[in-house]
Amino acid sequence: MRALLLGRWLRAGPGPPRVPPRPESRHRGNGGNGGHGPLRQKVSVEVLDHLEHLALVDFRDSEGVERLHKAIQFADQLHEVNTDGVELMDSVLEDRCLYLREDDVTEGNCTKELLENAREKVEEYFVAPPGNIPLPKLEERETFLQGS
Amino acid sequence: MPYGGESKLPDRNHVALQHSMPTACERPPVKRHLDLSQLRRFKEQPSSDAHRSLQHSRDKHRTCGPRSRRRGGAGATAGGLTGVVVRRHSPHSAPPSRTAFPRGRCGRLAAASGAMAAAVALAVRGCGGVWRRARQRGAGQPGPGPGPFPRGQRAVACNARGGAVPAGKSGLAPWVPVVGLEIHAQISSNSKLFSGSQVQFAAPPNSLVSFFDASLPGTLPVLNRRCVEAAVMTGLALNCSINKKSLFDRKHYFYADLPAGYQITQQRVPIAVNGCLSYSLCIDSKMSQMVTKTVRIKQIQLEQDSGKSLHDDTRSQTLVDLNRAGVGLMEVVMEPDMCCGEEAAAAVRELQLILQTLGSSQAVMAEGQLRVDANVSVHHPGEPYGVRTEVKNINSIRFLAKAIDYEIQRQIEELENGGTILNETRAFDSKLGCTVPMRDKEGKQDYRFMPEPNLPPLILYDTKSLPANMNHQQVINIDWIHERLPDLPSVKRKKLVEKYGILPEHSFTLLNEDGLAEFFESVVKRTQMKPKKVIGWILNDLLSYLKQHSLTVKESPVSSFLLGDLLNLLEKKEISSTAAKQVFAELWKGEGKTPLEIVKEQKLGLLQDQKELEQICQAVIDGQENEVMAIKAGNQKVLNKLIGLVQKKTQGRSNPVLVKQLLEKKLSE
Repeated sequence: MRALLLGRWLRAGPGPPRVPPRPESRHRGNGGNGGHGPLRQKVSVEVLDHLEHLALVDFRDSEGVERLHKAIQFADQLHEVNTDGVELMDSVLEDRCLYLREDDVTEGNCTKELLENAREKVEEYFVAPPGNIPLPKLEERETFLQGS
Repeated sequence: MPYGGESKLPDRNHVALQHSMPTACERPPVKRHLDLSQLRRFKEQPSSDAHRSLQHSRDKHRTCGPRSRRRGGAGATAGGLTGVVVRRHSPHSAPPSRTAFPRGRCGRLAAASGAMAAAVALAVRGCGGVWRRARQRGAGQPGPGPGPFPRGQRAVACNARGGAVPAGKSGLAPWVPVVGLEIHAQISSNSKLFSGSQVQFAAPPNSLVSFFDASLPGTLPVLNRRCVEAAVMTGLALNCSINKKSLFDRKHYFYADLPAGYQITQQRVPIAVNGCLSYSLCIDSKMSQMVTKTVRIKQIQLEQDSGKSLHDDTRSQTLVDLNRAGVGLMEVVMEPDMCCGEEAAAAVRELQLILQTLGSSQAVMAEGQLRVDANVSVHHPGEPYGVRTEVKNINSIRFLAKAIDYEIQRQIEELENGGTILNETRAFDSKLGCTVPMRDKEGKQDYRFMPEPNLPPLILYDTKSLPANMNHQQVINIDWIHERLPDLPSVKRKKLVEKYGILPEHSFTLLNEDGLAEFFESVVKRTQMKPKKVIGWILNDLLSYLKQHSLTVKESPVSSFLLGDLLNLLEKKEISSTAAKQVFAELWKGEGKTPLEIVKEQKLGLLQDQKELEQICQAVIDGQENEVMAIKAGNQKVLNKLIGLVQKKTQGRSNPVLVKQLLEKKLSE
């Protein structure tokens, strides 16, 4: 259930991103945590695996997963504020003016400099593997998550 | 040069990040189970990324062999890309009311076209909204045969919105195909959308790439004014409402030609929404009856193009050219209002003409400036929409119609055989004329849309809201652009019909060919012949010659002046129409002679000497005793034989009307 909420939050579909509703079940563990919010919720292995596929991050060890939990906990502080009826702000730049550039050619022709960064190159092209190589499934990988 | 000051590495407090895309040496390749039946049907599966259509084949820098099979990868079937369109197509959503016409300016137009089309449709064969499997069962048909269509007729009855569905011939329940299009048009501008590098087709690899396009750290996007104007022009031409405040988002996916790992697009609040596009369709093969249909435009958004990948199978690698990375694109998302390939092709052609007229895009599909992806599904009337598939790798309008029709047929066959349609992406193989699945099903792709943190909202103004003391260069006034919109193709067609009295179908063909309308107008100016007759010469003679020799109007060896002179000769009755056609053929050789010279050379002029003509007529009458008696007895048809004989004697140089008069006069003496 918590995983689902987290998953839904991560998969923000069309529409403005919303802060997920505070899940009810978490209040139960609220007891002695003081002002730092509820006890940390565990993120399921499926969700972690999904995150690894999506963002190609590697939760190398339990410390990595712990950091994720801390991050979620940190973000959960948003729930402290009542935002009913307040319009969303999706960028701190919303009052700034978006600068419009004239349609002139001012850059380019730096092939040599760009290719300096490439490990492999062929006739001024960058070289890449033949396609996306998907991350193998959880069972086939050697990763920390497999054990958890 | 890089924008902004020193770059700060991201805070590594959180999870450890993998530095780059996994390369072949770090990860073992995934074992694929080859589907041999697929192999038989096609040799090389086109590889492309999950999110764009395939690179077109005219890239002259391509040094490698055929493209390789994708080894799996991000599957991008539904995803957030098509937003509301996805919901409309989901099997669980209720179908839109078939009698509900789109609101707004297009409402009346759609209603009129619906009623007219429905009335015409039942009587006329043409591309229809309702398809039925026209195959004979058990007649020894081969499996999924070589051609996409079964033998025999395509059962048709046009089912315009709200029209009744006639009963099936073979008793099978009719299918309603639904087609929605996503069109990417490359904006015609000097520099790219967010950087100052040049936009040019076919340049040395990686020579038109700035540091931002290569997504080197420390670079930031700066929006190009011309691209915004182009998008606003297109939105206005398609009757959209322009959002005065639109936002930019990031769409994340991994692929070698997207160096940043995300594409800047406008997913939440695009620049223009809710428009409509009207297009005309010929409903019979003789091009004599046209019907107008509309398709609703869901939104138009600005987004970045990605680079180009060339696949080298021999060395099992991809070569990446970033010249195209960052070029501005307008994505036009259409609602699924169309029902067959022909409608889709007509709609895309009309959009192409509009974009070319506006100048916002050159829209040449062969150069990849216009890319179309089709979403196709079928369902029974009254039931919810079926599962849709996405068809990519369509390189021309003709192939678009073929691909959609093939996919509709394939889905119908699959469902009637009891199978199911997978929500997948398929590529169109133009050589085989069929669609093939593009990648393994990896589940829905999650693009993790997030607001672009480096770009504030884009604010557009109109005359009312124009701020007084802002720099003129920083302000885009929608009304100012609206006033300066050129005449759209539909307006031009109407003007031609009114001015010259030609049929709508003719003006449609005139505008369809680049430069033909101007040619027609200059011929009309030069000659005294009525435009209605001139149009016959333009469409039947000139156009057929051009098509035979694959020439454009500009390359025509017969200029509008020469044709005008020729038609003048015809109009003054100095030559017959058959002679005129001969002269035209001679002019086509382009040897620089004028029509008058050719007529003199080949002695094609009509005999003007009355006496000589009378003598010939008398000679013929004297020579044909039997026929003369038959005519005198009352059989008038034999007169034609006499006329024919006179024509033969004069080698076609007699005016048949005059000859007939003379003969009749003589015979009545």
